[in-house]
Amino acid sequence: MNSVNVNYAIILAAVLFATGLVGVMVRRNLVFILMSLEIMLSAAAVALVAVASKWHQPDGQVVVIFILVTAAAEVAVGLSLVLRIYHEWKSVDVDEVSTMEG
Amino acid sequence: MEVLLWPIVLAPFAGALVLAVFGAYMPKKAAGAVGCVTAGASWVMAMVVLGSFLSEGSYAPADSKLYEWIAVSSLRVPMSLHMDTLSVIMISVITFVAFLIHLYSAQCMFEEDGYSRFFAYMNLFVGSMLTLVLANNLLLLYLGWEGVGLCSYLLIGFWYKDSDNGRAAQKAFVVTRIGDTAMAVGLFLLFVNFRTFTISELSAMAPALWTAGSAVATATAFLIIGGAIGKSAQVPLHTWLPDAMAGPTPVSALIHAATMVTAGVYLIARLDFLFMIAPAAQLAVAVIGAVTLVYAGFSALTQSDIKRVLAYSTISQIGYMFLALGVGAWSAAIFHFMTHAFFKALLFLSAGIVIHALGHDERNMFRMGGLARRLPVAYWTFLAGAASLSALPLVTAGFYSKDTILYAAWASKSGGIALWVGGIVGALLTSAYAFRMVFLTFLGEQKTEPSGHAGGLEKLAVTVLAFLSIVAGFVGIPAVLGGFNPFEGYMSHIFAPFALSEARLHILSEAVLMAISSLVSLVGIYFAYVYFTRPALSEDVERSPVLRAMHSFLLAGWGFDWLYDRTIVRPFEAIAFGNRSDFMDTFYKGLAAAAGWISRGLSLTQTGRLRDYATGVVIGAVILGAILLVRLQWF
Repeated sequence: MNSVNVNYAIILAAVLFATGLVGVMVRRNLVFILMSLEIMLSAAAVALVAVASKWHQPDGQVVVIFILVTAAAEVAVGLSLVLRIYHEWKSVDVDEVSTMEG
Repeated sequence: MEVLLWPIVLAPFAGALVLAVFGAYMPKKAAGAVGCVTAGASWVMAMVVLGSFLSEGSYAPADSKLYEWIAVSSLRVPMSLHMDTLSVIMISVITFVAFLIHLYSAQCMFEEDGYSRFFAYMNLFVGSMLTLVLANNLLLLYLGWEGVGLCSYLLIGFWYKDSDNGRAAQKAFVVTRIGDTAMAVGLFLLFVNFRTFTISELSAMAPALWTAGSAVATATAFLIIGGAIGKSAQVPLHTWLPDAMAGPTPVSALIHAATMVTAGVYLIARLDFLFMIAPAAQLAVAVIGAVTLVYAGFSALTQSDIKRVLAYSTISQIGYMFLALGVGAWSAAIFHFMTHAFFKALLFLSAGIVIHALGHDERNMFRMGGLARRLPVAYWTFLAGAASLSALPLVTAGFYSKDTILYAAWASKSGGIALWVGGIVGALLTSAYAFRMVFLTFLGEQKTEPSGHAGGLEKLAVTVLAFLSIVAGFVGIPAVLGGFNPFEGYMSHIFAPFALSEARLHILSEAVLMAISSLVSLVGIYFAYVYFTRPALSEDVERSPVLRAMHSFLLAGWGFDWLYDRTIVRPFEAIAFGNRSDFMDTFYKGLAAAAGWISRGLSLTQTGRLRDYATGVVIGAVILGAILLVRLQWF
């Protein structure tokens, strides 16, 4: 198995993370924000896999499994919250849900 | 012997406690009985102590310690009473006069509201006064000192519904407080230097460690004088005493004549060792005394309020005691304290009978007159008191004590001609104003019909005091008249006699001095008589603008109140008014306002929009990351 240069994998992870981060900051649709969060989690997972293979340590790959489980749980809770918000405001625009301003 | 000292002090305190707690539920007679019985018990026990002290014959001082009051590292202050010739004579006079005045007030104050409150204060006063004179250390003395000041304040303002009385009480408290502050600093100085407050230890150490006339000894003595002149109403801290007459008459008799105001005299006599090594301070005491006695004598001459005459007279007589202390005649000062306590308490109590009988709190002597026949007991006793006050030769107590002082002012090495002349002028004034009072109040034509009569207890009190005002002097007859002088012999156990100035005694001998002071006393009475019997003289005064201005100047106590009002009270009030919204508050208000502004600014960031918060987190994370990178020198 040819090993990929780990730098590429890290750069890929950084790009993915930045994509997710920008999505969280600029998107107004709650569903897209959740998706952006998932992208950021995936970026972390990619980085872990890459460095685990570079240092020949399987721990990193184990952690990835945990990340996937967490992401699944997060989506379940997140989507149910989105549904509640939609029922309450008839919208999934986060800027609408700003009644707790200072 | 030892066990007997504490009950003397504790009996009046117990009475005060009972009256303070249960007074409101007691019938009036019971409240009066508690007050009188505790004061009486205190007197009986003091007499027992005096009797055993005299019969023992050794006159050895003794301490009686109750418990350790304060014990902090090197500071040890015991609750301890000291018995020696001085404190025994003081408690005997104080408890006796206090007991008589309690009896008098039980009747005189019976119609008043707050009867039990009155006795609670009076008992508290007696307890504090006894603490003051019996204390073996200066801190306990100071406790009693402030205790009597508090009771004085409470009793001057006894009729608190009239705001003038409240103001008089405050004035008394604040003016004496000025002196007390100086005294407290003096006590600190003593403690810092000797690490003890115990008077007997101080008297042993001070002459050894401080050279005579050294700056620190003189400064300490002057600070102590500050306390003494505040409490004893000497110039320039005397202005509170005439106003203190706002209190009930028995209060004036007990506190503002017989006992409390002489606390300053007691203090200086008690600390005689300090004044012997501070000759400048001792001279100052004599000068203050001489100035005060002349000053107050002139003011007393013009007053129309009978109690104010007596107040100025008290100031003047305490001036004599200061004069005696100042020339080193310690024993003479205590002698005059004793006779003054009798005759001045008597004058107040007799005046109280007159005021009570006329009703409406009538104190103006020009609306009295001709009361001799209507109030014979008051007349004869008042006459005895006035005679004693004027030092009527040979037959009165006041003559012997005052003559001893005048002799000392002339004959003592630390005395002088000016001091003696001041004393003689004061004696002339004294007999003039004393008999002016007698003539205006009791002789001439009657102007107001008396409606009341003196009660039995009142008559008892004034009669006993009148008797003592005449005979109490026979324990101190000077050498030139036979020299039966057990009082001075008794006092000589703690007080050294003053050094004689042979040069001055060569000019005027003791007999000549006595003849002069006797003559002066009679001349003063004659002046009063002439002025009283010739109304034309007072009309002359009315017509002359100069004399009239002088009259109102003296009536107002030489304008001291006016001066203090302009130089101290009003500027102080102006400053207080200018700073009524405390300038320090602006700083703290500024702090509060700044916090408000920052809070409002920061609350703008709380938009409630999730995306803004996320952005904030990202910015923060980026900055932190950048700092980390720079700090770890990854670049």
